[in-house]
Amino acid sequence: MISKTKRLMASVAVLSAAMTGAPALADGHAIDLEGKTVEWIIPFSETGGSAKWANFYAPLLSEALPGNPTVVVTFMPGAGSTKGANFFQDVEYDDGTTIFGSSGSTQFPYLLSDPRVRYEYGDWNVVLASGTGGVAYLPADLAGQLGEGGDATALAGEDFIYGSQGATRLDLVPLLAWEMLGLQVEPVFGIEGRGDGRLMFERGEANIDYQTSSSYLSGVTPLVEAGTAVPWFAFGALDDAGNIVRDPTFPDMPSFKEVCDVTDGCETSGKQWDAWKAFFVAGFPAQKMVFLPAGAPDAAIATYTQAFEDVKARADFAEISTARLGVYPQLTGAAAQTALDSATVVPEASKAYVTGWLKDRYGVVLE
Amino acid sequence: MDVIAMALPALNDAFAMILQPHVVGYLVLGVVMGLCIGVFPGLGGIAGLSLLLPFMFGMEPVSGLALMIGMVAVVPTSDTFASVLMGIPGSSASQATVLDGFPMAKKGQAARALSAAFASSLFGGLFGAAFLTVFILAARPIVLLFQTPELLMITIFGLSMVGILAGRVAIKGIVAACVGILVGTIGEGASSGALRMSTYNLPYLVDGLKLVIVGLGVFAIPEIIALLRQDKAISDRANLGGGWLVGVKDWWANRWLSMRCSLIGVIVGVIPGLGGSVVDWIAYGHTVQTAKDKTQFGSGDVRGVIGPESSNNAKEGGGLVPTLLFGIPGSGSMAIFISAVALLGTGSIEVGPSMLKNNLDFTYAIVWLLASANVVGTLICIAASGGIARLTNIRFALLAPFLFMIIAFAAFQSRQEIWDLVALFGIGLLGIFMRRFDWSRPAFLIGFVLSAPAERYTNQAYQIGASRFRRGFEEGLEYVFSPIVIILIVITLISVVVGLRQAKTIQAEGDVASGSKRAPLVFLLILSAYVGLTYWNAAIIPDFARMDRVFPVFVATIALIGCALLLVQMMRSPETSAIFADREAQEASSNTHALWPTLAWFAALLIASALVGFIFALAVFLLLFIRIRAGKSWAYAATYAAGGITFICAMAWTLNRDFPPGLLQNYVDLPWPLT
Repeated sequence: MISKTKRLMASVAVLSAAMTGAPALADGHAIDLEGKTVEWIIPFSETGGSAKWANFYAPLLSEALPGNPTVVVTFMPGAGSTKGANFFQDVEYDDGTTIFGSSGSTQFPYLLSDPRVRYEYGDWNVVLASGTGGVAYLPADLAGQLGEGGDATALAGEDFIYGSQGATRLDLVPLLAWEMLGLQVEPVFGIEGRGDGRLMFERGEANIDYQTSSSYLSGVTPLVEAGTAVPWFAFGALDDAGNIVRDPTFPDMPSFKEVCDVTDGCETSGKQWDAWKAFFVAGFPAQKMVFLPAGAPDAAIATYTQAFEDVKARADFAEISTARLGVYPQLTGAAAQTALDSATVVPEASKAYVTGWLKDRYGVVLE
Repeated sequence: MDVIAMALPALNDAFAMILQPHVVGYLVLGVVMGLCIGVFPGLGGIAGLSLLLPFMFGMEPVSGLALMIGMVAVVPTSDTFASVLMGIPGSSASQATVLDGFPMAKKGQAARALSAAFASSLFGGLFGAAFLTVFILAARPIVLLFQTPELLMITIFGLSMVGILAGRVAIKGIVAACVGILVGTIGEGASSGALRMSTYNLPYLVDGLKLVIVGLGVFAIPEIIALLRQDKAISDRANLGGGWLVGVKDWWANRWLSMRCSLIGVIVGVIPGLGGSVVDWIAYGHTVQTAKDKTQFGSGDVRGVIGPESSNNAKEGGGLVPTLLFGIPGSGSMAIFISAVALLGTGSIEVGPSMLKNNLDFTYAIVWLLASANVVGTLICIAASGGIARLTNIRFALLAPFLFMIIAFAAFQSRQEIWDLVALFGIGLLGIFMRRFDWSRPAFLIGFVLSAPAERYTNQAYQIGASRFRRGFEEGLEYVFSPIVIILIVITLISVVVGLRQAKTIQAEGDVASGSKRAPLVFLLILSAYVGLTYWNAAIIPDFARMDRVFPVFVATIALIGCALLLVQMMRSPETSAIFADREAQEASSNTHALWPTLAWFAALLIASALVGFIFALAVFLLLFIRIRAGKSWAYAATYAAGGITFICAMAWTLNRDFPPGLLQNYVDLPWPLT
């Protein structure tokens, strides 16, 4: 259970870890969690995508950690996930039994300097970063008007309705994308999850929508087969050089960059593009991450890193993860750290652009 | 024919899956666990399902489904115990049951009320499953017909039930509902995130109040305090012999009512986005409207139990439609259910649009597991009801601290902050005065429950409608006034007219005598001041967030007009008028304790919790309450306190929950459960 135990203990642990030399795992210095209960804090309710993700990993993690501790997912929703994150910021490393799962919705308020944010990603220790993607789709009649390569020029006069959870959430990425493509989209705010957005699309009330990859696979594919929805583009994925390329889960769909390139008035360079890309990178390729609290010793970090690597190395991992998570990188170690860096730092200019845009377009003032 | 050709083999497969000994075993296990959790108010299926999640991974699909469904299905059955015996709405599904169930318990008919409720639950559950077996194949296009304007009309129809439950002075009921709606708007607006009656300095309010706290505060706390002040048992009469058989006969006598209400339950349950929170009120309203003799409603008419209980179990079946067909959970427990299904077996069952095509046999297995769970659960409950009903004969001073402990624990599950207890106490205080001055508490609760959907659908329908009108006048009209909307408008109008005409004869909370003029007037002025404050607070929301302003301003305006009318009436009416109803005058002779000293006990528990944490505070509270208020010996009190603490710790440990910490815990590290 969470106990903010003595700084002394933590610092002794840090000290001893520092003295024995860092990646101590191979030398048998892994922390042993036998008989303990690992509490995995999720700053959302039981019903969201993060819950799904954590529930998927929890039993696997339990098997992979030394001593096979019970892994319990604890939900701490509130204030758009900032409540749980603020709580975790105050947790001091004790014995490695408290971990935290963040999501894009935790990253965005941090990036936008939301006044409720009292947490600092730099203090935490990342042990897993899970990516995802997103797919935009249209009703069949509107998709028929698209030009070559997803060119949206012909849709400029259309009245679009989009069911949105809020302009400062992950929806910022699609909303900005619609705007860049010159579409007149009226976001209908106040829906409770992307599933409700899809339902609104199915009822014919919304005529543009996007879903994250796993929800697209399970929820929209049947609609595509029935002919009521047509995929337009996938946001894309990052290659090693940081360029946006086609999403490996949807190799047949153009990336947003390709669509933007062929659409009149949409630029793939400049301030607006940089801002979109920065927030896309923050929200999707490293959307969900697992952290150990501040002050965690290297032995603990190495233990958890090893455990997640073991999970990834399971023979059946590809099979059981594809349906739940999509084909996306599950990063550990240095790769996770790189993903974290790119997800929690946006250039000042991009941040200024987005804050200005939110204020002008939606009247949202974050202070 | 094609449909039948597809359905019959699947149905056959489903029964072959269910009727295996180990599957039945898991189902019974789930039912028993669900009953144990459901008996405690406020701990619904979410707590139970989270408990099961770790075991789901890789479990054989049918066994896992049986375990989970067994648990979820019986929660709305077993929470009837709390509603009927203690007047505590166990969950949103059994709020309306309190209205007649609890008065029956007070009259010594607890066993009869319980068994009537369980028989209705059983019938509702089976009816829902049978209906779904056929309907699920055709459901998808029908469900998609319910667009935002239709959802808005259903919400308004739900709100129109206030007309029936308004009480003797209709305007008071309407104002109560408006206040409920306004309390529901507290926090961040859904549309633009503007803050209403809250500030970022008090993060608790930003997320708004949860139903469990408002439900417990408005119904449970006033009843507990009222009973404590009279210092006797809940039931003032001896139990009627053979009560439970009478209840089953009552159900049989009203089987058509039960069937109509089950139908209402399935239909409302099927529509995604509304969930079950209105079903029982609509069913109660329907029951009252169609009854010939309405004089007994509110003071213990068994039909008032049969109606809502038939609907709330049928709703569980209906709620499976959005869950299974669209992958959109109709409730919190359904959301966990979806993620748990994905953990089962190899993860081959995917809840969502492909469910019917690829897993029709599993779909039917789920539907009929639900029905079987209802049968098993109901039989256990009926068997237990006679014994459990004896609780109503215990002196209430001995029962109350235990109940208060459970309620506080349940409220704390809302957000796991000490503020949960503060909010419970605050809403409880409001509930106490509403009860005293005969302001309709059901109306308040309906307003609260429907506040968020009413605002959301109003804004969304307005936005989408405006976009349709821009495209063409006809297209807009077609969208806003679809056939379903028109039918719903007609039903609502009939319901309001009939309801208002009948409202005077229906006293949902019994008759109340009038007292002096001053106290009711002061309460009205305080309510008006709150409404005025809300109006002002909403009115200053700037233009860019106007979507978050319109709704509270509109509702507050109605409430202010109502308050003004009431003020005028109060000035012109004599002291004996119904408008000055004051329970204090009526119960003066039976109350052995004053209000404030009784409340002070609970205030003390709250303050002590804030200082030293819940468990320490609770231990001292139980000890002193039993010794001083109940007048038992120190030894008795110590045993009682130890028992209580052990019980609550065992429960929290099983559910993996913590207790509210106090200031002390900031300075000293203590082991669980004292953290």
